[in-house]
Amino acid sequence: MLQGSIAMTPATGMSPPATHGWADIATARHRTSPLRWGLSLFLALAALQVTYFLFSNPRFEWPVVGKYLFSPNVLQGLGTTLVLTVVAMVIGTVIGTIAALALLSDFKPARWAAQTYLWAFRGTPLLIQLIFWYNLAYLIPSISIGLPFLAPWVEWPTNAVITPFLAALLGLGLAEGAYMTEIVRAGLSSVDTRQHDAARALGMTPTKAFFRIIFPQAMRFIIPPTGNQVIGMAKATALVSVIAMNDLLHSVQIIYNRTYEIVPLLMVAVFWYLVVITLLYAFQSRLERYYSKGHRRDTTQVVPASEQA
Amino acid sequence: MQKPNTASTQTGPVLRLHNVLKRYGSFQVLNGVSLDIDEGEVVAVIGPSGSGKSTLVRCIHQLETIEGGSIYLNGELLGYKQEGTVLRQLGPKDIALQRQQLGMVFQQFVLFPHMTVEENVMEGPVQVLGDSVADARTRAHHLLGRVGLGDKLTAYPQMLSGGQQQRVAIARALAMRPKVMLFDEPTSALDPELVGEVLNVVSDLAKAGKTMVVVTHEIAFAREVATRVVFMEGGRIHEQGEAKETLSNPKTDRLRAFLSRVM
Repeated sequence: MLQGSIAMTPATGMSPPATHGWADIATARHRTSPLRWGLSLFLALAALQVTYFLFSNPRFEWPVVGKYLFSPNVLQGLGTTLVLTVVAMVIGTVIGTIAALALLSDFKPARWAAQTYLWAFRGTPLLIQLIFWYNLAYLIPSISIGLPFLAPWVEWPTNAVITPFLAALLGLGLAEGAYMTEIVRAGLSSVDTRQHDAARALGMTPTKAFFRIIFPQAMRFIIPPTGNQVIGMAKATALVSVIAMNDLLHSVQIIYNRTYEIVPLLMVAVFWYLVVITLLYAFQSRLERYYSKGHRRDTTQVVPASEQA
Repeated sequence: MQKPNTASTQTGPVLRLHNVLKRYGSFQVLNGVSLDIDEGEVVAVIGPSGSGKSTLVRCIHQLETIEGGSIYLNGELLGYKQEGTVLRQLGPKDIALQRQQLGMVFQQFVLFPHMTVEENVMEGPVQVLGDSVADARTRAHHLLGRVGLGDKLTAYPQMLSGGQQQRVAIARALAMRPKVMLFDEPTSALDPELVGEVLNVVSDLAKAGKTMVVVTHEIAFAREVATRVVFMEGGRIHEQGEAKETLSNPKTDRLRAFLSRVM
């Protein structure tokens, strides 16, 4: 470790420790504080305690959990939750991007429309919105396509169009869009305005500049909060059970209402929620890595500043 | 590359500015600028801060809208079209088409940080001109070799020095085969020891006969490389003329005072 041979003697009277000459901090040990030792011990004991509690408490009824974990009803509920999460997020992201562009545009009517949308859909509870879409037929008995105030071209009864699934998608997607609007707007705003100039200077149309230059750079700022939204959405889908959608939570509720095995069946739901969220998190990490290219601290290709003058 | 001084065979100046007006709020940045630039000319625009030099090139590139006067590129009115007796504003697509004929190099380089050096240079030709990826790559390699960065093709802008980034930015602008290159203080954001490498590239372009408008604070560079010097003050062209002659024997007191301050 220590090389006494490279030691140099100082010129002045301040003598370094004998035999080793100058100290070399490369050989130093990391500092360990007693507080950290204590905390580590405490956390280890707590982890042990929780594990013991999970496995020793008979009321978790793990055999029951195992029995229902892959039951067709639960898996179907899981499928509904997944489909709702993905489709509602896609709807929300598309709406959010459009509304964010409207908010950032210099066209005032578009800005006002987007602001009103945000105000209404962020300002009311999601539960109310879901029930509202589900009961749309009460307000509008039939849905028609045509020009305002003129006779419609085609017409359908609302209850045939707005199925519980569509009501759930409308509710979740429109509410999500309002939150995504703010996320996308923040992302787009954090791209250096000079990037717009550079894109335009290359002769790009505004659309091309947006998709090739601005949006890819904004993604770096959009992905982390969107990850939060997706996770929130996966769990918010549990709300749709109020409009008779058979999601993951609803599927276990149906079973425990019959068997009264509440805790083990909730553990089944918890297991699947955690699986879904772990997968989503892994996907988010990959996406983040992709969109951070050119920004990573990559030490393999550092270039001396004054090379090739 | 274009041949130098072939203006006589052309129909007229490549770039014509007539009485251009530009205002920021109540501040009149450009107060009636008229300027004709022939093919192969290298025009250095000098002047104190706030005299409107940067605004001038930004207006030529339509990154700023002008409030009065007109700018023509090869006889084509920029930003507007004549329909009978009325002038109509062009849409974004037509303006994009006009911009493709002008190359722009910014003070702050403004490379695309999410693309490699090579991708930065290929972006315009592939996405805007519709060149094939293979052709664009060959050309990008050629241009990057010309600015001395043939070994940095796959580096990201963040890994490069300021001087290297600015040379990539020049290659990126050249890749669009512009009729005129515009430089907005290309060396002002660089450390002093990196200024030379960028100016060398600009000099090489001048020697190759490229038509250029260079806003600069480097008087020595203007004297060496420019064919004409334009001195701006208060949003107007105060004095202009052949570069060496104008910088050695300024006719106006203002230019004389300015030169004594910056040299």
